Amino acid sequence: MIRIDCPYCGERDHAEFSYGGDATVEYPALDAPAEEWHDAVFLRENVRGVQRETWHHVNGCRMWLIVERDTVTHEIHSVQPAHGGMARSLNAHRGPEKPE
Amino acid sequence: MNAKRLPEGGLIDRSKPLWFTWDGKDISGFAGDTLASALLAHGEGVLGRSFKYHRPRGIMSAGVEESGALVTVGEGNRTEPNVKATTQELYSGLVVSGQNAWPNVRFDVGAVNSLFNRFFAAGFYYKTFMGPPLRGRGNGTGVWMQFEKLIRKAAGMGRASREADPDTYEHGHLFCDVLVVGSGPAGLSAARTAAGAGLDVVLVEQDFELGGDWLNHGDKSSREKRLGLLAEVEKAGVRTMTRTTVFGLYDCGTAGLYERVADHVSRPESSHPRHRFWTLRARHTIVATGALERMFAFGNNDRPGVMNVNAGRAYLNRYGVLPGEKIVVATNNDSAYLAAVELSRAGAEVSILETRTTISSQLMRQAGKAEVSLSTRSAPMNVRGSRAVTGLDLAVTAHSGWVAKGSEPCDLLLVSGGWSPVVHLLSHRGVKPVWNPAQACFLPGETSEAIQMAGSAAGIWNTRDCLVSGHAAGARAAKALGCDLPQVEAPVAGGWKSAIEPVYEISVPTGKQKCFVDPQHDVTADDIRLAHREGFVSVEHLKRYTTLGMATDGGKVGNVIGLALMADALGKEIPEVGTTTFRPPYTPVSLGALRGRNVDEHFRPLRRTPMHNWNLEHGATMTMAGLWHRPWYFARSGEGLSEAYVRETETTRASVGLCDVTSLGKIAIQGPDATEFLNRIYTNPFAKLPIGKARYGIMLRDDGLVMDDGTTWRLSETDYFMTTTTAHAAKVMAWLEELLQTRWQDLKVAVTSVSEQWAGSAVAGPRSRDVLAACVEDPSVMENEVFPFMGVIESVLQGGVPCRIARISFSGEMAFEVYVPSDYGPAMMDMLWEQARSAGGCLYGLEALGAMRIEKGHVTGAELDGRVSIDDAGLGKMASPNKSFIGSVLRKRPELLREDRPCLVGIKPRDPGETFNAGSILCEKDKVSGMGEGWITAVTHSPALGHWIGLGFIRGGHEGWTGKTLVAADPVRKGNIDVEVISPHMYDPDGERMHG
Repeated sequence: MIRIDCPYCGERDHAEFSYGGDATVEYPALDAPAEEWHDAVFLRENVRGVQRETWHHVNGCRMWLIVERDTVTHEIHSVQPAHGGMARSLNAHRGPEKPE
Repeated sequence: MNAKRLPEGGLIDRSKPLWFTWDGKDISGFAGDTLASALLAHGEGVLGRSFKYHRPRGIMSAGVEESGALVTVGEGNRTEPNVKATTQELYSGLVVSGQNAWPNVRFDVGAVNSLFNRFFAAGFYYKTFMGPPLRGRGNGTGVWMQFEKLIRKAAGMGRASREADPDTYEHGHLFCDVLVVGSGPAGLSAARTAAGAGLDVVLVEQDFELGGDWLNHGDKSSREKRLGLLAEVEKAGVRTMTRTTVFGLYDCGTAGLYERVADHVSRPESSHPRHRFWTLRARHTIVATGALERMFAFGNNDRPGVMNVNAGRAYLNRYGVLPGEKIVVATNNDSAYLAAVELSRAGAEVSILETRTTISSQLMRQAGKAEVSLSTRSAPMNVRGSRAVTGLDLAVTAHSGWVAKGSEPCDLLLVSGGWSPVVHLLSHRGVKPVWNPAQACFLPGETSEAIQMAGSAAGIWNTRDCLVSGHAAGARAAKALGCDLPQVEAPVAGGWKSAIEPVYEISVPTGKQKCFVDPQHDVTADDIRLAHREGFVSVEHLKRYTTLGMATDGGKVGNVIGLALMADALGKEIPEVGTTTFRPPYTPVSLGALRGRNVDEHFRPLRRTPMHNWNLEHGATMTMAGLWHRPWYFARSGEGLSEAYVRETETTRASVGLCDVTSLGKIAIQGPDATEFLNRIYTNPFAKLPIGKARYGIMLRDDGLVMDDGTTWRLSETDYFMTTTTAHAAKVMAWLEELLQTRWQDLKVAVTSVSEQWAGSAVAGPRSRDVLAACVEDPSVMENEVFPFMGVIESVLQGGVPCRIARISFSGEMAFEVYVPSDYGPAMMDMLWEQARSAGGCLYGLEALGAMRIEKGHVTGAELDGRVSIDDAGLGKMASPNKSFIGSVLRKRPELLREDRPCLVGIKPRDPGETFNAGSILCEKDKVSGMGEGWITAVTHSPALGHWIGLGFIRGGHEGWTGKTLVAADPVRKGNIDVEVISPHMYDPDGERMHG
């Protein structure tokens, strides 16, 4: 019953989202060697602790998000648009981060 | 048991008598009674029979921990088994019957089971029936299969109704700053403090009255304090929910609530559900769930007339029932004394058996003043009487344990073996409770979440400290949520004058009686020791082997005693043995509440096309395709499915047919890089698709297997219209969004689902062009030269309806797909149908669509099941060798290139008159066994070929099997049918009809 603070829609129940996968995987070029594709598609870490993962706000704004979630406590540390350009424009729109 | 209702006292309303029936007998109680208190007031002792031994059982508690008084409530389709009489609110017209007994609970033939009790000891079923043969004869597991029915009938609980549930149920959502669970002194105090700080507080109570333990107090000042605090809580704006259980705590401050809206009336008001399931989200949670009183194990400690001390007090003070005339109170702690004194003052003869050697002088004075006799170092070792307590055999402590010493007559035995804080909700959050030897109980562990335990749930035993504890928790919650409130130190666990003595069992060397640990599942102290002897010493094994704590009370009463006995057998301390994890729900939740309104047609979302009513008006019989309702066939009078789809297929191939294809997924792909994007996701080239043309495409997954297929139409330089299969529309859309937002962020492409925006119809058959030419405003756009096969036009239907048409074919005929904005769907169908009907055409449904695609060997989800490569599907030529695309590397994994992979084939029966089924296994003629050589995915009768045909997969594809007779094996339905494997392109293999 976790809640995800979607940067576009605000805090929403996880039922609005669908889980994507490991956000740290870098997919190789389409013509990269089979070994690279094998590693990218089939090899996954089984993280205990904070994991970067993709979530799709499928019943919301349809944005793909990168969520930092603790796999033990389900605590969510950060939510960002997966698209770098989107993230930059959103953060620019929000203004500079407040110092803690 | 000589229980009786007192002329005054208690919280019941004597001016409101309520009549109910117990096993056919009419009995009365009062408003404010529970079923248990009303039955007790009438001296009903035996209310149930035990799970295995069918021993008579009566009321053992006054709350949710009840293990004895389990009854069946209601009749017919409103029958509810295993209801705890102690929590069932009394109402007029309540119908109650005994369960797990025949002919009734007072005289039960099944009690003969007690004579065979050695067969029912822990592990009996496993040893006798499971695994290797019994003494070399037969198969153990096989014997179990034979005996299972008998055993299940003999052992068990109440029976559920076989009829459909007539009531409705609801789901709801709640939000608040602070959730307070439990309305005892701690909970009320916490709620008042938090609400007083301006916070939005929800207070949840499982009982029908607010007050928790205060309800069981007899003194006037407790009542005044309770009512005073209730008034303050109300004034502070706390939202209170009674008859509601917080059955579980989940992530991020989520609580599951189960509200019994109408279990205290004979049937719900028409506008009310019976139960509600609430999902509550709180920023902070205060758990003030109290504590449950334990017993200890001794001989026949399950007899009707043995209950916990707190129950005796509750029946006296809350319900005005004096539960016995000659009462013995057995205890190892201070909490029992007040009850003993109150019961004595109410007119009973009370004596206390105290296991401890010394107690505080204050307690001794209190007992003496109330004429309660007190024996120290004493305890009951056996209960006399079978259907009611008639007396006790006593034991006293000697240097090395307990020895028998005398007996005492009595009609009620109240036992207090200590208290177990209700740590369940925190346990749901994965927080292990911690054993506290001084208080002889598990206390809640530490948590980093915004959850606090307060009151006796935190091991605080007196009311004054509980009030402070609740206030401290409320203040802490307020501070955590940003309110500036002075903080108070929370009291520590404890609160008794002299320490509890850890006693879990009174066993004397000669004792042979059953000493129950978990009465609801008939688990005895000997069962625990048997488990130990046989090596089931881990708590988790112990639980499963003996079923300790696995009854409907979830081990509320027995777990600690079981653990203590195992620790004793192992010579260890309790913390070394461990604890069991409590899991939701705290008390049972009805299946109706879980389902809510999601039932029948609301079980899942229903999708209808804009032409839904149009289809129905034109005679469609509908079927489900995923969430969609789609026309299955359009029967004319006298036709069934088989006649209708054969006619529809023949008519379409002979003239023209119309079919609603709106459910196909439709995605607008737009932007300067749209072409490059499509070229990467489809296996076949899209770089050079001209404007005004469509192309059939296949997309693979990253791992090289087929994901989906469909056509994509190029409308302009930068604008494409993609169709997907009905089944995968949502998946493909999410996939395209993922690729663009994560992997290929540089591509300038927008994807938009337009599935809902366009209504579509297939127009198929040799007369299809004529039909469309008559429907568009400018018939010249339909001419063969300007609108060839795979052409796309944007045009206007008569009356100015904008449309998109592509000349594509799933049926193998010359065919078009026409799309109009959704609202024009029925108008388009009217227009097309007028022309098609005059051309001798028909409407067709999914069955005919399927028949025509099988004839053509076109694949759908039945074939593209996620295990199939593009080569397996016979579409390898569509994988371009000249470009890279998603899946182009991993589709060449050695396993996917093996020559003997199952490949798509057509199938026909050897005898043209035979039929066969989808799902059959294809085997060689003389080797009908195992996995076979392949399987059949789809079958139909082919009017064009005059016999049944099918599609399927077989090892190596059809060439190697040509001319050989195979068997379509379908052992549980049709048997074995001789078939031949042929090319999947069974009808018009060169596609002349389509291009014509």
